Amino acid sequence: MKEKIGVYICHCGGNISDYVKVEELSKMFHEEDNVVVSKDVMFACADSNQKEMIQDIQEFGLDSIVVCSCSPKLHLHTFKNVAERAGLNPSNYVQVNIREQCSWAHSDQPHEATVKAAGLIRAGINRVSYSESLEPIDISVKNTALVLGAGVAGMKAAIDLARSGTEVFIIEKDYFVGGRVAQKETLFPTETNAKQLVTSLYQEMKKYNNISLFAGASIEKVSGSLGNFNIDVKVKPRYLSPNANPQMVKQAMDECTVTSADPFNFGFKSRKAIYKNYPDAWPDVPVVIPELLENEIDYKEKFKTIFNFNEPEQILSLVAGSVLVTTGFNHYEPKEGEYGYKTIDNVITLPELNTLMELNPKQLVYNNKQVKSVAFIYCVGSRQTKGDNKYCSRQCCTSTIHTSLQLKEKYKDIQTYHLYRDIRTYGKQELMYEASSKQGDLYFKYEEKEMPVVEKVDNSTIVKVKDYLTAKMPLEIEADLVVLVTGMVPREDSAQISEFLKIPMGSDRFFNEIHPKLKPVETVIKGVYIGGACQGPKNISESVQSSMSGASKIVALLKRGTVSVDPIIARVDSDICTWCGKCAEVCDYTAIREIEVDDKRVAGVNKAVCTGCGICAPVCPVNAIEIAQYTDHEIESMIDGFLFEVDIKEGEVIQNDQHEEDESTGMKEYPQIWKEILAGIQERNTIPEIIQNTGINGDLVTYHLMTMNKYGIVSPDGMDAKEEYYYYKVKN
Amino acid sequence: MEQNKKSPKILVFSTDKISDPGIDQAGLRKIHYNPSVYVISLPCSSGIKPKWILHALENGFDGVFIAADGHECSFSSRCADHTNTIVETSQVLMKERNINPKRIRMAALCSVCAEPFANHMENFSKILMGLEEIPA
Repeated sequence: MKEKIGVYICHCGGNISDYVKVEELSKMFHEEDNVVVSKDVMFACADSNQKEMIQDIQEFGLDSIVVCSCSPKLHLHTFKNVAERAGLNPSNYVQVNIREQCSWAHSDQPHEATVKAAGLIRAGINRVSYSESLEPIDISVKNTALVLGAGVAGMKAAIDLARSGTEVFIIEKDYFVGGRVAQKETLFPTETNAKQLVTSLYQEMKKYNNISLFAGASIEKVSGSLGNFNIDVKVKPRYLSPNANPQMVKQAMDECTVTSADPFNFGFKSRKAIYKNYPDAWPDVPVVIPELLENEIDYKEKFKTIFNFNEPEQILSLVAGSVLVTTGFNHYEPKEGEYGYKTIDNVITLPELNTLMELNPKQLVYNNKQVKSVAFIYCVGSRQTKGDNKYCSRQCCTSTIHTSLQLKEKYKDIQTYHLYRDIRTYGKQELMYEASSKQGDLYFKYEEKEMPVVEKVDNSTIVKVKDYLTAKMPLEIEADLVVLVTGMVPREDSAQISEFLKIPMGSDRFFNEIHPKLKPVETVIKGVYIGGACQGPKNISESVQSSMSGASKIVALLKRGTVSVDPIIARVDSDICTWCGKCAEVCDYTAIREIEVDDKRVAGVNKAVCTGCGICAPVCPVNAIEIAQYTDHEIESMIDGFLFEVDIKEGEVIQNDQHEEDESTGMKEYPQIWKEILAGIQERNTIPEIIQNTGINGDLVTYHLMTMNKYGIVSPDGMDAKEEYYYYKVKN
Repeated sequence: MEQNKKSPKILVFSTDKISDPGIDQAGLRKIHYNPSVYVISLPCSSGIKPKWILHALENGFDGVFIAADGHECSFSSRCADHTNTIVETSQVLMKERNINPKRIRMAALCSVCAEPFANHMENFSKILMGLEEIPA
């Protein structure tokens, strides 16, 4: 139990103290036996107060502190650092939220807000009384990363990792690198050739001897954890002799006459029994399909020196400190009959059209007929309010409009019709939408409740749509080609990868980050990061940004050789535990296993793997599991604290407008930032001038100046000549 | 007791990353709710022990609300099922102690669910006010 607690209750300017009687509360808690210091402070986060807290901790020998101010999301780390700087273990600090969850939420009932704040603070004091000094868990890590997926995102991340000195294994399931980008021809917005982009990234990777690429490879097994993941990788054979003469290989490819449908080109082409996805595909080693050559006795005999039909699958055992998953996405494949797909012969998808355009450089021909008109139907497989894919796929609007621009540029005389729900060409991509409109592309808006219908009438394909831009006018569009703008869906192997690496998946079946804004590439699995479209629909720029972000996280993680992980994890009381295995059953991370302690079988927690989620704790029939900082003592004492009866008289509340006359704002000294702002005001200045004079961040100046105005420390003094900004002067 | 009739005491279990930011946002936007609502934030709603729920109900709280992570949980895709099991287990224990199982309520709450949170508190408060007192 803690005996020397420091309690700091923040006014937050007036954000808290306008409604909660912080001075009364600080006096009340000062009388508690185990509270040595209890203060109300104008801004708990101000530098001057942080220094005072450090002095208090050292002078009074405080063993714990409670800061009652804003949400822990804002200043948890600020005060943890204060504790650390004062030599106090940061686990002995508790943050109590009396702003977002008290003064602001109950500003309509100030007396009740004060009563609630008393309960919240009492709970904080109770909780900190049971706090334990926790030490970070140090784990030694191998400076090696495994990147899963050699698309553009994966290759770019691998290059960044290698450049920073990390050894990289990059695993690609296909025999060739480049992923979905390699299937494209030209990319927006730079008009870069997609295949050249893939080539340049591959060549860049080859410059680093600390990158090992395994193509035609997939994960077989994963064990271990942060710092030392043991990953078994299966590499499929290419059935080519390692010493094959390159000239002979080329000749064999030229002379091969056996073919099958080519999935890389959506079946628009056939591929030979010895093939590359496209002539410049990398690595520059073709793949043989032995089944197709079964009856080609003469051919096999002629080229017998290049083949190795007995080449086995290889299993490699790799060790990596961290894993970056960049496995990408699949295109949504419309169901048979969805807008006539596979039931009407001239209905195709956008990726199929892109390939068709690449294969038809001069004239767009489909089913031996020249295409003069194309109708695009947007949002196919995305934004399904009643279907599985409720999300927007982000890149398809722009991709379609870019394709439309290319159609006009490449084939000149072609008309496009765009049947859309909403056009989402966000950011600079909007310029393409404008260009498309100007070149004469026609746009019709439909709603999900009245979807377009594709029908075959005689030899024509008709798209019927109610155009919401012209009062739901029913239109019929005859099109040579109907193109379904399909969205992104998770890859079919996502569930398997999730199973191997324990990455949680969302209800949309993409991989889940910890937090979309604050931890966008981190997963709850320590050492496992996600980048690119395996996480959700992204365009190429966004995919590369996220994978590079993942790479930099990994560099920061691995470069020191050891990693400190959060000690807030599960722990088992081996005296109580009788090993029933229920905790291990519910743990998604296999962090719990049966171990032997003093000849007794009990549950053991792998500290490097445990995420501290706490799912194991409630299922224990003998209550042998606790999560650090969420122990029974801490939680139950908080509950008792909330129920703490206080004797606070209902009195008048300090109104905002009284502050001007109120000299006793409880401010013994202005916060440092206020002093700096006051020093930056010469006679009278506008906010931009004060920002320039002080060099302080603009948002901070604005926020604090408003508070200083509220407290009568500064006051407005007319507007500038352009009537854009108020002048402020120091009030005497 | 008269005070209790006016505003029942509700203990909310929220989660650090999902529902707690939603509850914070209610305050930020000055969306008011019952001031006798107290929040304990945990890593995941699947980590709530039924004994904590009983402790609250036996010591003065009128109701317990679980702001569950649901499908947004970053820890487990089975989070909603786990949390549901905790509610069911708690209700069995509550019945044994003659505590009305309606005193526990669970709903998924997202990180921007400010209004839904305030609505849940209002509705739950109404339900609690209509219940018999918890036996001593």
